[in-house]
Amino acid sequence: MAMMTARKRVEGLGSARSGTDHHWKTTISSVALLVIVPMFLFSVAPLLGNPYTDVQAALGRPFPALSTALMLIVGFYHFRLGIQMVIEDYVQGTARKVSIVVMACISYGLMALGLISLAQIAL
Amino acid sequence: MADVNRGDRPLSPHLRVYRAEINMVTSILTRITGVALLGGAVLFVWWLMAAAVSEEYFATVDWLLTSILGDIVMTLSVWALWYHALAGIRHLVWDMGYGFDPDTSDKSAWGAVIGSVALTFLTIITIWGT
Repeated sequence: MAMMTARKRVEGLGSARSGTDHHWKTTISSVALLVIVPMFLFSVAPLLGNPYTDVQAALGRPFPALSTALMLIVGFYHFRLGIQMVIEDYVQGTARKVSIVVMACISYGLMALGLISLAQIAL
Repeated sequence: MADVNRGDRPLSPHLRVYRAEINMVTSILTRITGVALLGGAVLFVWWLMAAAVSEEYFATVDWLLTSILGDIVMTLSVWALWYHALAGIRHLVWDMGYGFDPDTSDKSAWGAVIGSVALTFLTIITIWGT
């Protein structure tokens, strides 16, 4: 053991490889969201409570439609990564695996539902 | 192997043995806001879906989201978005190796708390103005 380098002891154990990948993907999407969230809050959020025809017209314009699409794609992707980290902290065994799969389905399902709705309105 | 001393053994430190500190509160809030934003996201997707389905369905969902309860949930969601974003900026800075000393991290913690409330007011005022 004393002759082993620190690297040799941890090599191939896994977490350092997929772990950094997960963190890096979270980091990249978080930087993107720093731009997307203000776009969304100031172009799409004000549409809540507006008449039906106004909402249809607004979501048909490029910028609100783009903001909505990006918010749905990057937002739910970031959520799916983050919630996995939370689950891994508090849930063990089979329940952990099931929770991660269920939350991934919910995240991507909502993303798809939102994008299809947007497409129907905007196109 | 009988455990004669079961109730009197040292415990590993957990949340309740620490005095609440700003950096501890901001860390917990980051996670809570991140998870809770699913609620606001579900409501938004529901609203978007309703706008794609029909005018009547949209009217129902839109009424719900702009009712008193809806306004409270949406305002909290806006705050959660801003808070999580500012807390995320702190993490990005930490990841580059800056801002770890207690004084700086205390200041940035308060910055995230106060900043998120300020940005929430700014957003609400802007939305009301349009």
